[in-house]
Amino acid sequence: MRLKSPDELEQVRTQILAERKAREGEKRIILCTGTGCRGAGALEVLEAFEKVLGPKSVIEFKSTCCHGFCERGPITIIEPLGIFYQRVTPERVPQIIAETVKKGQVIEDLLYQDPETGQAIPAEKDIPFYKKQQRLVFGHNRYIDPTRIEDYLAVGGYKALIKALFHMSPDEIIEEVKRSGLRGRGGGGFPAGRKWESCRRAHGDIKYVICNCDEGDPGAYMDRSLMEGNPHSVLEGMIIGAYAIGAREGYVYVRNEYPLAVENVGIAIEQAQKMGLLGKNILGSGFDLTLVINKGGGAFVAGESSALMASIEGYVAEPRAKHIHMVESGLWERPTNLNNVETWANVPVIIEKGAAWYSSIGTQGSKGTKIFSLVGKINNTGLIEVPMGMTLREIVYDIGGGIPGGKRCKAVQTGGPSGGCIPESLFDLPVDFDELTKAGSMMGSGGMIVMDESTCMVDIAKYFTHFLKDESCGKCTSCRDGTLRMYEVLDAITKGKGKEGDIEFLQELGWVTSEASLCALGGSAPNPVLSTIRYFRDEYEAHIRAKRCPAGVCTALLTYTIDPEACIACGKCKKECPTEAITGEKKVPHEIDQAKCIKCGTCREVCPVDAVKVA
Amino acid sequence: MSEKELVRFHIDGLEVEAAKGQMLLPVALEYGVEIPHLCYHEAVSSYGACRLCLVEVTKGGRTRMTTSCNYPVEAGIEVAVSTENVQRARRMILELLLARAPHSEKIRTMAQEAGVEEARFRVLDVDDCILCGLCERVCREVVKANAITFVNRGDRREVAPPFGDPLACIACGACVYVCPTDCIKMEERGDERTIVRWKRTLKMQPCQSCGKPFAPLFQLNWIIDRAHLPKDFYALCPVCRKTKKG
Amino acid sequence: MTSAQLEKILKKHDHQKASLLAILQDIQALENYLPRKILEEVSQQLQVPLAQIYYLATFYRAFSLTPRGRHLVTVCTGTACHVKGAASILNTMERELAVKPGETTSDKKYTLETVNCLGSCALAPLVVVDGHYHGRMLGTKVLSLLRGEKDASKKS
Repeated sequence: MRLKSPDELEQVRTQILAERKAREGEKRIILCTGTGCRGAGALEVLEAFEKVLGPKSVIEFKSTCCHGFCERGPITIIEPLGIFYQRVTPERVPQIIAETVKKGQVIEDLLYQDPETGQAIPAEKDIPFYKKQQRLVFGHNRYIDPTRIEDYLAVGGYKALIKALFHMSPDEIIEEVKRSGLRGRGGGGFPAGRKWESCRRAHGDIKYVICNCDEGDPGAYMDRSLMEGNPHSVLEGMIIGAYAIGAREGYVYVRNEYPLAVENVGIAIEQAQKMGLLGKNILGSGFDLTLVINKGGGAFVAGESSALMASIEGYVAEPRAKHIHMVESGLWERPTNLNNVETWANVPVIIEKGAAWYSSIGTQGSKGTKIFSLVGKINNTGLIEVPMGMTLREIVYDIGGGIPGGKRCKAVQTGGPSGGCIPESLFDLPVDFDELTKAGSMMGSGGMIVMDESTCMVDIAKYFTHFLKDESCGKCTSCRDGTLRMYEVLDAITKGKGKEGDIEFLQELGWVTSEASLCALGGSAPNPVLSTIRYFRDEYEAHIRAKRCPAGVCTALLTYTIDPEACIACGKCKKECPTEAITGEKKVPHEIDQAKCIKCGTCREVCPVDAVKVA
Repeated sequence: MSEKELVRFHIDGLEVEAAKGQMLLPVALEYGVEIPHLCYHEAVSSYGACRLCLVEVTKGGRTRMTTSCNYPVEAGIEVAVSTENVQRARRMILELLLARAPHSEKIRTMAQEAGVEEARFRVLDVDDCILCGLCERVCREVVKANAITFVNRGDRREVAPPFGDPLACIACGACVYVCPTDCIKMEERGDERTIVRWKRTLKMQPCQSCGKPFAPLFQLNWIIDRAHLPKDFYALCPVCRKTKKG
Repeated sequence: MTSAQLEKILKKHDHQKASLLAILQDIQALENYLPRKILEEVSQQLQVPLAQIYYLATFYRAFSLTPRGRHLVTVCTGTACHVKGAASILNTMERELAVKPGETTSDKKYTLETVNCLGSCALAPLVVVDGHYHGRMLGTKVLSLLRGEKDASKKS
């Protein structure tokens, strides 16, 4: 069924749209089965739907991957009513089919409820989480079954490819991407158009394009959901880019920990090939491109461009000195253009709608939208897409719904282990590449970890430093031993063994780690430490001088006691305590033996009356 | 033979000339400019692990700190070998290295010269290995025995034979020779040679003439096999061979 | 693994040295770890030094050189999970199973691992047992999960 011209593709599309138009008024069920919703039980819900509907059902049922509101998964949407059901369980499936699908009735208690007014909101577009978003890139996930290329065509997929291949020259494409202002979405923020241009100009007949899906920042999973839910958008971007640069081979490097993404992009490549959108003579344009999938081996450092290329070549993911840029000498010493998943997915949008339109969104230095993963101490955990320039305050409160338990928001950590913390006092800063960097953090790949008053910033610095020490490839003394020694100092501080001068010592170590190391892992390793020192120095000083953890996190500095007034002597804590540190007879307030207590927190967890106090 | 383009640039104000693409460190050393280094050796490829050879390079108005052992020289660059930044970085790196290899004479001397008295870190239990990789590079690139390798990553990194089994080691001693901290020892007892760090003990071949054990049999057979030499090629020790040739 | 099975894997990847990572992944998928004998065979067939293969196997976290337990228990230690208490859950696991991350219990039943983010942050803190996601875990829930597992496997 290889299509041999753009007209043939448009014919196929027209037919698909006609078929769908004919069924426009009919009820359709959409169930999210992305990894996040699967974790919440979406596959069991899927089974229930399949069972109740039966194999010969005429009711259309579609499995999608990721609508972004992960907190409320599994998510089910009934079209064309646009009714949004959240936290669906298998037991509710028969009711959904009988009442909503067959009779158009809304089931109140499955709807999203506004936490302030208590009002139920049936339509997705009215839900506060979605209202302020601008889902240019991520929005199509809700209409697409990633294993069906027809769904991608139905939303206008591969139109940009036709425009690029048949109505634009490679130089024009590069100009357009340059003018759009698109900057790399993987963390570096380098202007994509300039990168493409350098690669195009580089000497060599054989060039490569690479998609970096080695998303390693803990807490960030935008790329995973894009790849799982709309792989064709990434492929389309890569084909356009390869054509513009002059590459005929490409690699999609997916993290080992993302099996569903690997599966879905594999299916997408196969289907694109069958249709003539990949492989030889794409749509009769004379342009060839083959794409190969490489799986990562479980190494964060493989996300670094030169390390990723080393990995594709069959070596360990050790970064290389980049005195010669990879766009000139990269994979197998050939010109290579590597971009992040989200960067590639922005390309079809830019080509189709034009650079002028695209660059009207965002700020002066950061154009377009960005997908962020909003996680941590936040009510509405999930993936959001907003125009560059929206403030953190809007993101955290208007979209994120604020902090659970009404606690005070302390900071938002951006940029993963290479980034830093932005304190609540700076929440009115517009989120864009340069503003975040000025504040001592960075955009990074888009992770936004929200922290509240019960988060210890010294512990956070220690956490990230531990991560980096673990993930360092180990080549450079400054990175390997620098992160190790920073970790040792931080660990001592959290255990009450900090001393005067430790903060300055950390700053010195941090400076050397950053300046003397080869790659960006070492280069940005001290950021979490330095930014928390900058904005939360008082917490460090409390740990060092008063041997106290104000947030109540560092267990070595905490004492667990049972409030004798509150204790009802139920014995639960005594039963669960792993070191038998709790004594107490019936009707007598229980006590914790401090010598035996390992501060695991189990007693606090099981106490029905919250009688366990931590100080 | 290709004509290598010559380029001119400056190191601390001194004008130097070198073939384009040559690495900065060996060029500087040739001109008598002292840049401390540990993981560089002319016999093997540059790696850039120790980070001691840092210098500041100004190119096109931008100044960057970079390792000099793997920096290809270009026309017009300005190299500064001992700026405040470079010294600051060097001091801390030496401190970090000292906490890895406290018994290394070389590192103790370098540290002292840089003003580092002692390391403010607990000493790591790594038997003075600074992970420069010279041993594995010489074994892989020059001898081509591939007996040892880097293992693990991050702070658990070390150099060892695969599976701890040194079966490919021919006990040539090249690793002993290049190691900058002297942490790989070779011992000979009777007719046995041991590369201590890799726990490789091999029996040595006695010379057919003088009877002295002179090299491990395994090694000799390995060379004979690789170089397609006659089986009795190493019947005599080097001394007797010379005498025989007369 | 039979030589035929290994040959199939090598053939699938065209005996390419560049595909070493993928070859090791396929071997591990079949064997649940990387047996030394098989790595030696790969070294022979691809003419790649065993040392280089060993470096790959130890550098990348996905590989295990020792047989793994029948059940893989993975605690997510991503930032969102950490902020919601993953550290204490890991401690509980370590105590209950008496192993450290990366290790297997002596009865070969459980292997405990950590992973730096599975991208299911809405379910933080997350524990995955044999591919089943268990979200919003607490120390006590983890214990009953393990004990339930332990009892369940005793029954079968």
